[in-house]
This record gives sequence, C-alpha cells and structure tokens, in this order.
Amino acid sequence: MSKDIRIKKGLNINLVGAAEQTISKAVTSNVYALNLDDFHGITPKMLIKQGEEIKAGEPLFYNKSNEEMHFVSPVSGELVEIVRGARRRILTLKILADKEQDYVINKVPDLDTADGGAIKSYLLQCGGWPFIKQRPYDVIADPSVTPKAIFVSGYATAPLAADPDFVLQDKEQEIQAAVLALSKMTPGKIHVTVGKSNRSPFNNIKGIELHKISGPHPAGLVGTQINKIDPVNKGEMVWTLSAQDMVMLGELLLTGKFNAERIVALAGSVVKQPKYYKTKIGAEISTFLYASGVNEDRFRLINGDVLTGSKTHTEGHLGFYNNTVTAIPEGDDYELFGWNKPVFNKISSTRALTFSWLQPNKKYDLDTNTNGEHRAFVVTGRYEEVFPLDIYPLQLLKACMVKDLDEMEQLGLYEVAPEDFSLTEFICISKQPHQQIIREGLDLLQKELG
Amino acid sequence: MKEKLHDLKVKYQGKKMAPAFNALHTFLYMPNETTHSGAHVRAADDLKRTMNTVIMALVPCLLFGMFNAGYQHYSAINGFPESFSLFDHFLTWDNFWVGVTTVLPLVIVSYGVGLAIEFLFAVIKGHEVEEGYLVTGMLVPLIVPVDTPLWMLAIAVAFGVVIGKEVFGGTGMNILNPALTIRAFLFFAYPTWMSGDKVWVHEGVERAGTADAISGETVLGSLAQGSDYAYSLSDMFYGFIPGSVGETSTLLILLGALFLIFTKIASWRIMVSAVVGSLVMGLIFNGVVDAGWLPEYSKFYTLMSFPYWQHLLVGGLAFGIVFMATDPVTGSQTNKGKWYYGFFIGLLSVMIRVFNPGYPEGVFLAILLMNVFAPTIDHYVVRGNIKRRLKRFKTATIYPKSTDEVDSLKTETA
Repeated sequence: MSKDIRIKKGLNINLVGAAEQTISKAVTSNVYALNLDDFHGITPKMLIKQGEEIKAGEPLFYNKSNEEMHFVSPVSGELVEIVRGARRRILTLKILADKEQDYVINKVPDLDTADGGAIKSYLLQCGGWPFIKQRPYDVIADPSVTPKAIFVSGYATAPLAADPDFVLQDKEQEIQAAVLALSKMTPGKIHVTVGKSNRSPFNNIKGIELHKISGPHPAGLVGTQINKIDPVNKGEMVWTLSAQDMVMLGELLLTGKFNAERIVALAGSVVKQPKYYKTKIGAEISTFLYASGVNEDRFRLINGDVLTGSKTHTEGHLGFYNNTVTAIPEGDDYELFGWNKPVFNKISSTRALTFSWLQPNKKYDLDTNTNGEHRAFVVTGRYEEVFPLDIYPLQLLKACMVKDLDEMEQLGLYEVAPEDFSLTEFICISKQPHQQIIREGLDLLQKELG
Repeated sequence: MKEKLHDLKVKYQGKKMAPAFNALHTFLYMPNETTHSGAHVRAADDLKRTMNTVIMALVPCLLFGMFNAGYQHYSAINGFPESFSLFDHFLTWDNFWVGVTTVLPLVIVSYGVGLAIEFLFAVIKGHEVEEGYLVTGMLVPLIVPVDTPLWMLAIAVAFGVVIGKEVFGGTGMNILNPALTIRAFLFFAYPTWMSGDKVWVHEGVERAGTADAISGETVLGSLAQGSDYAYSLSDMFYGFIPGSVGETSTLLILLGALFLIFTKIASWRIMVSAVVGSLVMGLIFNGVVDAGWLPEYSKFYTLMSFPYWQHLLVGGLAFGIVFMATDPVTGSQTNKGKWYYGFFIGLLSVMIRVFNPGYPEGVFLAILLMNVFAPTIDHYVVRGNIKRRLKRFKTATIYPKSTDEVDSLKTETA
C-alpha cells in the first residue's frame, strides 16, 4: 500500500556536476581509515593494539557505555596508526590493508525463526548496529529501547546526492533480509519513502509501509518524512537507516560477512567526470577522485553532500555513512561591491537584486564563500518557506541558543536532526550556524534528560 | 588594492579597531569568509543586501521629500500655483536646493551620529558593526518635520540608538523600533517645537510673528482643529502636502511597498493586515458619525467623519505601515502573529489619531505599542503549536526498556 505525501515548502539547489549514472571500480586503497567523528557521542574503547593484525569484520573497538556494541574493521590488515587529538581522544584509526582480504564469517541467525533479541545481539556483535540511528538526538540507536517505528528514506533530494534508485539496483534480496530482521525488533511499522518514479527497488519489498513523496528538498530527508508520517513525541523512539546501509545489513544477515563495499557518487563542479565508483568504507578518496580528474588546484572536498557533509581533504577517507563525495571550488576571495550588485550566478531565496528566481531550473556553480558575515538573527518568516516540518524553526534555534530545556522540548527538538536545518542554514541571511546550534541543543538535551 | 586591504585586515586582526576597519572594508569588498561548519554553500543574501534593498525603496521618498520641502516653502510664501505643472512648479532647481539645504543635513546628522555610536559600541564590545542602523538612519530624516533643529535630532538619535537599541544588545535584540524611538523622543522632549502648524514648512518657525509669517498646517492638523484643508485628493495621493519629510507621497510609498513585497524583504502580511485594520477603524468612526451618535460640536467630529480610506493618504500611516511596522526585529516573528500585529497597528493608528488631544497623529505610538505586544502575540501563536504537540503526546507509543517484552507485546496486539 502506498501513501502519497506532497511537500510544498522547500528549495531545490541545482548544482553543476551531477554524477553520471555509470559505475567504475575504484583503485584498491592501501590504507583505510575510520573517522571517529562519524559516530557522534560514542566513546571508543579499543579492542586491539596498534600494530596488531585484524580481519575484515573483526571488532576494532566497542562503545564505552555499551560493551556489546562493536565497531568492526572494514578490511583486513594491520592497525598502523591510532591518531589522537586533545586529551588523547581518538580521532582516526588507520588500517593498512592486506593484498588478499580475509573476512570473519559470523554464524548467521535463522531470519525466519530468530526473535528480535537474537537479531539485535547479532548486529551489535558483528558491527551492523552502528548503521541504525535513532531519533531523538540523531545518534546511534540505543539497543535497550524498542522503537515505535523504523524509517528509511529511499529518495534523495539533497544537491548532487547519490540516486538511491541507481545504487540499490539488484539489491532487493539484501534489502528484503534487512527488512525482515528489522521488523522483528519493533512492534511498529517500517516506513519507507520513495520518489514518484517506479524504479525504486523498494516497490517489490514485502513487510514495509511504502510512501511516495514529491516536492523540493528536503522531501528526501528522513526527518521531513517522519514529521509527515508519524512524528516523534517526547519519550518515543524511532530508528532511521539510510537505504544503502540496509544493503550492508542485509548482506551481513544473509552471508555473515561484513562487506564494507558501497557505491559512491563523486560529484561537484570541480570534478571533470563526475560519476559513481564502487569502493569501500574508509577508502582513500584520492583512489577515485583523481581517476575522474579535477579542474582546479584549490577546492573543498566534502564527505557527503554540500549541505550536510563534513569537510575533508585529498588525503581524506570515505566516511562511514557517506555515499556521496562532493568537490566544489573554495570561495576565499573578495568580491568588489558583492553586497549590493545584482547577482546572477548564485542561488537566493529572495529577489533583492538576486535573479535566481528567473531560472528555477538553472544549474549553479556555487563556492564555499559565505556571501556575507555572521550577524544576529534579524529577518523573520524566511526559514518557514523552506522548512516543511510542523515546527517553528527560528524559535527552536533561539531556544537552543539560550539553552532553555523546557522550550526546546516543547518546540519539538525531539523530532529533528541537524540535517533538517541544513536548508534554513543555507538561506540564512544572518549566516548563523544552524546545524551546529541544533547539534549542541540535542547534546545538551540528551545529557540532561538521558 | 584588494591585496593591500587584505594585508591591513590581517594586520589589525584582534586589535581594538578591527571592527571599525572591517565595517568599512566589507562595504567595499564582500569578505573572503568561507563556510566552516554545516552547509558548505550559502545563499547569496546577507544582511547588507537586505538593508540595502530597504534603502532603495526609500530613495524615491527621500528625493520627493527634498523637492516637496522647496515646494511647500515657496507655496507658503507665494501661494499655491493656480494651474499646477509638475516640471514648472515642483521638479525645479529652486525647490531642490531648499531640499539640499534642509533635508540633506538631517540625513547627514542622522547617519553621522547614529553610525558613530554604532562604531563606538562595536569597538568597545569587540563585535562587528551590524547593519541595522543603515535603514534606521535613512528612516529618521524622513519621519521628522523639515525644520527640526539639527542639535535636537542629534540628541534624539543618540538617545534612540543607545537606549532603544544598544542597551538591549544591538541589532536584532531591540524591543522597540529605533527610528520610532527617536521620533517619540523628539515628540515628548520638545513638544512645543514638534507640534503646531509652523514646523512643517521650511522657515515657518523663524518667520512666526513677523510680517512674513508663513504656516503650513498638515491635513490632520486642520482636521483636528475642525477646520477645512485646502488640498485635493490627488494632492494627498501624490504627496504635494505639508508633513514630515518623506511621509507625504502615498504613491511613492506604495511603489516602495510593492518593491519590498516583490523582493520578499518585507512582510506583505503585516502591510495587508495593517491596511485592513485602519480601514476597519475608519469605518467604525464613519459609522458612529452616520448614526448620529456624535454631536457636530464634538471636537472629534471632523476627524471621525473624515472618509475612512483617506486616512491612508494623509499623515504617516502609509509610511509607517510599509517601512516601520514591517521591521522584522521588533514586529511579530511568526507568520500568523504578523496578521494580528499588523491589524492592531492599523486599528490603533486611526484610533489614536482621532482621539489624541495634543497631536493629531498616532502611527508611531501605535507601532511602538504593538512592538511591546509583539512577543506576547508570538507567545500565543507558538503555544498553539506546542498544544498540538502535547495533544499528540497523549497517544505516544512508548515501549518498556527491555527487548524480551517486544515479542509478548506483539502477541498481545496480534
């Protein structure tokens, strides 16, 4: 059964450099790395020491607050470096990969007969758990709480993001296995939201509640979909997964093997031949970046899409959750009278001598310039035009800034993740860091209320 | 040039005077700042562009006000021209020169004093100079009578910027509209100067009591005294009447309003609801007069019987609605709240205008009053959203913290 959702508020950011729908195999990376910042709120406890050998799928470290939650190595090889930051906090784990990959083969539970508890401990043990995130707080799911529903977005509207319909081709078997396993862990429904087209592999999956969504970005964000389908209330818990991570879960459940392989879209105006690459979690980005070529010396390399991704560099590694890598020009240059001259080559949500409203479908080549300095909140009513959730965005941001816990709760902070505020951040005239404000608000709320 | 300024910026970084230098630098060049956290790309608009758009909408009013200063001055001396011609009688160098000598100094003092205080506070507090005063500084000369003494204006601007804005934390934090705070200060601190029939025309005050005495009563002033005014409807619409510098031309204000709505800078909700509010109040007053409840000798009779829609053509109502009520910082912040906020501004403006014994204008008082109530309006609008969320919370599905119970729950619900 499918239900249609129409999103009216929002903004599509059309950028040049969308990935062409062909898949090339990336050169095998020598060193793989896990960036611990990807696992927000997790304090790692190492299980192996620097210099020791590890198999692909073997645990590297566990979560300090939950010993059962293992994080496994994407490849087999030697743990060559533990990069630490201030107060010896672990930042990155680097693994020098073997030529011949050696996998741990776990004993698979029987999906038809196993109960939720067995599947849960299997996923925790074998490294599949970190793919499951929770709302509230947008962190890796707490295994001790049963979710009221599980949400998966099978639709991408973020600028230059990988097209799920394309990367999930021929993966129906894995997805079905993951759905079956997930359904044992919740008495609620598994809501999957796809676009209007019929190409999505989710169309043939059983055991899900399929929704069709249309409209501009952020229609593809799972937060938007949760808000329209079954919003999170205080005390409630929902899980979210990315569609591509379901494939990994499915393979882990079917074969017992943690296969870190994924298809990544390499996009952005700096890339000469933007297209899809088959690579692994933690692989060096340079292994496929230079295969496509870059046409600038200085550029911003992003793990993820331009709105929510994290900054990386040419020696960086593919993030744990990312299936898009974007390269756009840096904008650290001055522009004479940039604040008052008519603007034709940038996107704007107003018409204040900005002319992007004339050509809504034009593709733009945006750089990383902020187009203005940070200011106090001044204008009102603008965020609401790109924010489809039933939440007052400005008021919630202000509640987070002044750390008013009651207000944060009442205004619906439980329902959102930082990514839901990426569009308001994009159009913000005062150039406020919305995602950071929301992240800090979520962390505070979690710390205070547990 | 670009490199030299960049070197200077780096040199002054962290120094006391850095905000002052940066404020000037960013006017020449949009800064080289790039994104650090969150979204890596940003839209083209910033606060400077926003403020600049409002100023562009105000420029026609300013230019008109300069010509009108001369036109009212010479008409008060020589009488109004018999057959009016725009180019022969209005857009003349003589009129413009009067504008240059009277209105421009107001603009210069307003910006000079206001920006000096802004810079001072930015340097002391070590934050960047925010652009809020760019619009305020332009609004102030447009809402004062043409012969406002410059020292009075300077004191009022200093008061308005410090007490109206900086004590609250600067741009974005103030409760009252700074331009209207300045206007209110002038009105209450120098009431004898700011009211009456002399200040609206250049040299009116100096010539008072001499053989060359001139005066130019505003339409509202005449109405308040129960006397007739000598202006036609088209004069009032085009703005060839005495009044504060920029408020007279309803036509140009209307064009400014359309420009601001089209550019999405100002809220059309506030404008529309304020117009509706003023019409409603005007209709009520007209109705009271038509019903014969008010004796003709009442001092409110002439103002109450003034056709309801003409309130929008005289005084500062149109200007206030378009440029003052729509200030996003001091107005309602929720879209629903903006409807209430605007409606009451229109309603109260006409009400105060009719009942105010001392001064026949109410727009600035109505907007200041609603500035104070805007957070209250927003509070109740946001409560509505919270109530919806609490209602949903009653049916929340919360599961116990144990995995084993899920299966038993499943069998129960099955």
